[in-house]
Formats: sequence, structure tokens, C-alpha cells
Amino acid sequence: MLALLSSLPIGAPALPLDEAGKYVAGAYVVFLVLLVVYVAIMAAKVQRIERELRELAGFAEARSEEKAEHEAEVAEVGGG
Amino acid sequence: MTPSLVAFRAILGKDLRTELRTLQSLPAMALFAVTTFVIFRFGLDRTALSGSLASGVLWATLLFAAILGVNRLFVAEREEGGFDAIRLAPIDRTALFAAKAAALLVYLLVLEAIVVPVFAVFFLDSAAALPPLALVLLLADLGLAATGTLISSMAVHSRARDLLTPLVLLPLVVPLMIAATGASEPLLDLGGPSYERFGTWLAVLGLYDLIFLLVGYAVFDFLLED
Amino acid sequence: MYGKGLRTLSIATVATLALALSLTFFYAPLDADQGFIQKIFYLHVPLAIVALLGFVAGGVFAVLHLRGGDSRWDAYSYVSIHMSVIFGVAVLVTGSIWAKASWGHWWVWDEPTLVSFLIVFLMYATYYPFRYAIEDRERQARYASVFAVTAGAFVPLNFIAVRMAESLVHPRTFATANGGLPGEMMLTFLVSLAAMGLLWTTLVKFELTAKSASGQLKRLRRALDAPAPGGASRVAPEVS
Repeated sequence: MLALLSSLPIGAPALPLDEAGKYVAGAYVVFLVLLVVYVAIMAAKVQRIERELRELAGFAEARSEEKAEHEAEVAEVGGG
Repeated sequence: MTPSLVAFRAILGKDLRTELRTLQSLPAMALFAVTTFVIFRFGLDRTALSGSLASGVLWATLLFAAILGVNRLFVAEREEGGFDAIRLAPIDRTALFAAKAAALLVYLLVLEAIVVPVFAVFFLDSAAALPPLALVLLLADLGLAATGTLISSMAVHSRARDLLTPLVLLPLVVPLMIAATGASEPLLDLGGPSYERFGTWLAVLGLYDLIFLLVGYAVFDFLLED
Repeated sequence: MYGKGLRTLSIATVATLALALSLTFFYAPLDADQGFIQKIFYLHVPLAIVALLGFVAGGVFAVLHLRGGDSRWDAYSYVSIHMSVIFGVAVLVTGSIWAKASWGHWWVWDEPTLVSFLIVFLMYATYYPFRYAIEDRERQARYASVFAVTAGAFVPLNFIAVRMAESLVHPRTFATANGGLPGEMMLTFLVSLAAMGLLWTTLVKFELTAKSASGQLKRLRRALDAPAPGGASRVAPEVS
């Protein structure tokens, strides 16, 4: 009996599988959550970039329209 | 004498003379340390300390007192254009780093000369540990001087300079503190100083000092660029 | 062009991660001492190694930045450190879970590698308040690089000091000794390491691309003389 006991590995005893499973799952869940949170934050950033690009595109279009109108006016004045 | 050496002596001299005349930092540091000892006496509810407790109280207090000095190190340069002067002078800019680190080292040594005997009177039952402790203090001060100067020279240009210095400096000196307390703990043992792993800890302190003096020397030029 | 190759990298990352997970749960044998708990090893240790290598990379990029002045290196350094700090959070939390499962405490001070990592993490976490406290952008980048180099020198010293401080009375070790890993475990470990390395690289590239897009946006805005968007952001490193 003593011989058997002395051959046990000294260290943390292995938890029963269902308890151990929870800890392992917990660790992997933490990893996954961090990853997803990071992706979500990046997604928000990309959304903001898209919104601003849209704004700028509108601004640039408005400006080129104005410019076209202005040139049309000038042509009219010059021709008339 | 090279111009850099002249500059080194000039800056160091100026700093020490200013401190002697105005007594801005040292009395505050010393007072802070002694008051902290009193707080520890009540916080720990002990009137005598030995071993790891003594070592911990001493080093924590010295470290926080040192930070008070580190905070003020470059303030004059920043406010009165000392940085510009160094930049324009045709000398090796690391003379500023060396001079400031040397000044900080002097402040720390003077601080300890005042405060460590007080610590011994308050908490220790004999002064036998003090001579070997002095060696540990010297080596640790070198490391504190190197890292403190480096961090202070950067923090002085920031907005929250008083907050930034301890924030960045504290993790940086953790290995230094580990080695210093590791060496001090057996020195302050109840029965009398013992030298368990003393040499090894001193070696770690020396390594730390060497590495950060080199790092400071290597990067200081980049810090002074406009 | 930061986005080039991002898709290939992502696919490679997903594939390797899937392989690593499969190996962990279907192939690697059960540890004799720790049982099922040991599976956390394949997550925690690769994360830690990659995080530390990331800090080293941050330091290397910082040196390149100081020598060349090219702000691209500064961006690489910033994002490398950023990613490694995030990985660091994962390392500490998974390490804590492993400690709780193994020894019943959420934190143990006599596991020197974990403690060293905590200190390194705390050091690098100060990178952000430090960086953002300096208002001049160029100076900010330069000082950040100096910080990254100093912190890089600090890492090995820290590990040495903490290991030396370890109580010789009851050493505890997390990982099965490096020499003692049987073949199947070693393979699983290496694949997991590769997966985490790829993940780190992919996310760093991802973040650099997003930063670059923001930078191009600002450039476009300036070129068009368009009004600035509402809400000034803090002086962050710009990627152009």
C-alpha cells in the first residue's frame, strides 16, 4: 500500500473531468472573447472610416459640381 | 580636458551648487522618508523590524523618496532653456545625461546618509548591517540614477509629468528592487547580518546598472533632438 | 500598402488555429500529473511566447525608427506593442485560470514566469499613458521608441531577477519540463505556437491597415480642404 502511495506523482492532483473541463473551457472562452472584442473594436473603426469617406466623396462631388456651374457661367458671360 | 568633460563638470557643479543654495529637493526627500517610516511603524504595528520586513520598509521608502527627486531633475532645464543650450553647444550631448545622473546619484547618497541611520535608530537593534548595506545602497543608487534620469528627461516634456515619472519608473526598477531587497534581507536578520546569495544579488545589481547606463548613453542623443 | 497579403495571412491563421485546436483536443495525450487541465498549456504558453516576441519586435522596430526616422517603423513598433499587451491580458487571465485549476488560487506568487510576465505587462501598459502625455507628434514618436528600447532591455533582466527571487522551498512549475515533452505534445505545442504567431501577425497587419486607411483619409481631407470631422482625437501615431 505504502509502495503504491509513494509512486503517485507529487504535484497537483488531476481534477475530475467535468470540473477540469470547465476551467479549460473557461480559458478558451476568454481567448475567444478577447479576439471577438478586438474585432468588434476594429469594425467600429472601419465603420467610421467608411462614414468619413462617404462624407468626403459627397463634399468632393459638390465641389466639382460647383466648379462646373461656375465655368458654365463664365462661358455664358464671355460668349454673350 | 575635452569640452564634454568640461560641460559635465559644469552642469554637475551647477546642479549641486543650486541644490546646496536653494535646498529644494533634499530636505523634502529626507522628511518624506522619515515620515514614511513613522507611517510604517503604525501601519505594520511594529516597533522593531528585521529581515524581509525591514528590507521591504527601507527600500519602499527610499524608492518613493527617490521619485520625489527624480521628478525635479530636469525642471530647470525645461523652464530655462537648458536643453537648447546643450543642443547648440559643440559637445557630446550625453554629457547632460552623465551630469544629471551623477547629480541624482549624489542626492540619493546624501539622502541615504541621513535617512538610513534614522531607520536603524527607529527599527534596528544593531548597526552591524549598515556597512554591507552601504554597498547595496551604492549599487542600487547607480541603477536608480540611470533609469531615473532617462525617464525624467522624457517626462519633463509631457503634460502630466509628476504622474508619468512614477508610473513608468516603478515597473522599470522592479528588478533592481528585487535584487536590492534580496541582498538586504539576510543582512537585516535578527541574529546579525548574514550573506546568503549576497554576491549573486550584487552581480544582478551590477548587471542592471551596466545595462541601463549603456541604454541611457545610447539613446540620450535621440531625446535631445528638436 | 499595408493590406497586401492580409487575406492570405488570415486564411493561413484560421487554418493553423483550427489544426492546433484539433490537435489539442483530439490528438495530444492526457498529462499524467495534471490531467485535462494541462490542455490550457497549449493556449497559455504560445500566447506568452508570442507576446514576448512581439515586445522584442516592438523594440527592434523602435531602434529602426530612431536610426532612420521613418515614421513607418514607429507605427510598426506601436502596433506590435499594442498587440502584445492585448495578448498579455490573455496570458495573465489564462494563467490565472490554470493556477486556480491546478492549485486552487487565482494567483500564485511562486510561479516565476507568470510573475515576470505580469511585471513586463505592467511595464508595457505604461507605454500608452506615457505616449499620449507627450503632445508634439514627432517627439512623441521618438520618446516612444526610446521607451520601447528601454523596456526591451528590461525584459531579460526582469526574468532573471524574478527567477532568482523564487523561493527555493517550494518550486512550482506550470509547464512540464521542456526536456520532458513527449512527441505528440511537442507537435501540438509547436502547431499552437505557429497559430498564435500567425494570429498576432494577422491582427497587427489588420490594425496597421486600418491605421493607414485613417491616415489616407486625413490626407484626402487635407487635399480637398474639407472641414474636419467633429470630435478631435488625441494625438495618435499617424500612418501615411
